[in-house]
Amino acid sequence: MSNKVFKKEIRLSGSGGQGLITAGIILARAAVLDKVRVTQTQSYGPESRGGASRADVIISNDEFYYPEAVNFDVLLSLTQEACDKYLVNLKDSGILIADTTNIKNIVHTDAKVYKLKFTEIAMDKLGTTLPTNILTLAFLVKITGVVSENSLKIAVRDSMKPQFIDLNSKAVKIGFKLASDEMNKQ
Amino acid sequence: MSSNKNKPKVVLMQGNEAMARGALAAGLDFFAGYPITPSTEIAEICSIELPKINGKFIQMEDEIASISAIIGASLAGAKTMTATSGPGYSLMTEGIGFAKMTETPCVVVNVMRGGPSTGLPTKPSQSDIMQARWGNHGDAPAIALYPNSVSESYELSIRAMNLAEKYRTCVVLLSDEVLGHMREPIELPDLSQVKIVRRITPTKPPEWYQHYPDNPKYPMPKASFGEGYRFHVTGLSHDAKGFPTNRADETKVLMDRLRNKIAYHIDDIVQIENYQMEDAKIAIFAAGIASRAAKEAVVKARKKGIKVGLMRPLTIWPFPDAAVRKYLADKKAIIVPELNQGQLSLELKRVMGGIWNYEIRKTKKIKEIHRTDGLLITPDQILQSIMEVK
Repeated sequence: MSNKVFKKEIRLSGSGGQGLITAGIILARAAVLDKVRVTQTQSYGPESRGGASRADVIISNDEFYYPEAVNFDVLLSLTQEACDKYLVNLKDSGILIADTTNIKNIVHTDAKVYKLKFTEIAMDKLGTTLPTNILTLAFLVKITGVVSENSLKIAVRDSMKPQFIDLNSKAVKIGFKLASDEMNKQ
Repeated sequence: MSSNKNKPKVVLMQGNEAMARGALAAGLDFFAGYPITPSTEIAEICSIELPKINGKFIQMEDEIASISAIIGASLAGAKTMTATSGPGYSLMTEGIGFAKMTETPCVVVNVMRGGPSTGLPTKPSQSDIMQARWGNHGDAPAIALYPNSVSESYELSIRAMNLAEKYRTCVVLLSDEVLGHMREPIELPDLSQVKIVRRITPTKPPEWYQHYPDNPKYPMPKASFGEGYRFHVTGLSHDAKGFPTNRADETKVLMDRLRNKIAYHIDDIVQIENYQMEDAKIAIFAAGIASRAAKEAVVKARKKGIKVGLMRPLTIWPFPDAAVRKYLADKKAIIVPELNQGQLSLELKRVMGGIWNYEIRKTKKIKEIHRTDGLLITPDQILQSIMEVK
């Protein structure tokens, strides 16, 4: 990152059980490794699976105080409901990353939109949808550069139980590769 | 999360975890509790960490049992804490009054969620500000602290444990759902540098020992059960040895002591933070999570050239009357944003009412912002109020 003052408001949204709060924590850990300021907050319902769930991560090299994302620079949505609800608060200059496995309609937006079937890709390449959160997070990091790729790799490794490190490290690689392919298309 | 005990290391930590680890740093060795969202992580971490240091963690059958257990453990010499949220706190108030009456140190964490009753378990609130002051029956002063960041959650947790020990009372440590679940980087201190108020063992011969001396100094020597000293513990009015009394003179000594040990040490207990207050025409008075939005609103307003400042009490109870008089008397308007229907503002109006007479009140005002729908007050919401009063 350059020395210019920056502040990125990121919202990861979907439903409970998709691992979005875990993804938010890992993104925040990567930001700590990058030695920038970060706050991660979350909102969820009383149920442990299903129901709306979101994680907010604010990353900046300057002081900031309010802990929740208000106008997003990056919006990641894994469900139609989350996409419909939060798109209105995405900046025109922002980036929407939508999992089209579940999202069928995206209302008009001036933001840059990346549409991929992340959940399907995870199932195809890894044989499970479990690491969809990490795969998508890696995609987000490569596309947006909010944290360094290396910090993300370390944060994923540090946050996982030993038996899940391999699977999730593979998911990170796939996410990075998908992002490179998307960027090459431009 | 791995913690290195010697070197300061920046780690990402949750507010609840910071409160648990702060208490552990201050010598916590007994925790009894009953899990409740959004405070459960505190009990969870204590259940993992306390056995490692030969401490005790007990999951009780309910909150009344939890507060009773920590009072009992404290009387036996342990440093104790429990953690709950509004519904559990309501049940604990009986025990909190008992801890204050018997001058038994303990810390009760209340991670506030939407209420009344079971309300909104996963949403933030600041609606137990008054319950932290008046929760117990009978006249008894309260000490309540309320941080606004993860690192401050750690620091004030240590402070709560120390104040409880020093002034021999139940200290309430407030938090809220957003603060409790929020993660931020925190640099953990070298544990050998953490200042801890330790219990002083009496040196008097046991037959001379008084558990409740008339003119105590704080902190004072206090015996714990099992050390060979005899004293009695009761919720009834009691004399210097702790035995029940109906005598007016002895009851007066007791009640005055309970009040004065806080009232005479306000300067030691009260902490506030002023931000951009020197030249401010408008002040925001906010605590805990609401103060985060307030600080952002100050920055935004200043960019528009409006002179706004923030006064933030870290100690909610005793209320910082003197500081409020000193720093807010000359302001044109005071904005009080809070996640309740007006609790801090009630206190503020009490204090300002004493110094803003009828004539002054024509030119000055207190603007309240209330929010009880489970969402945070945003910086823009506060900025809008600033524009209205400027």
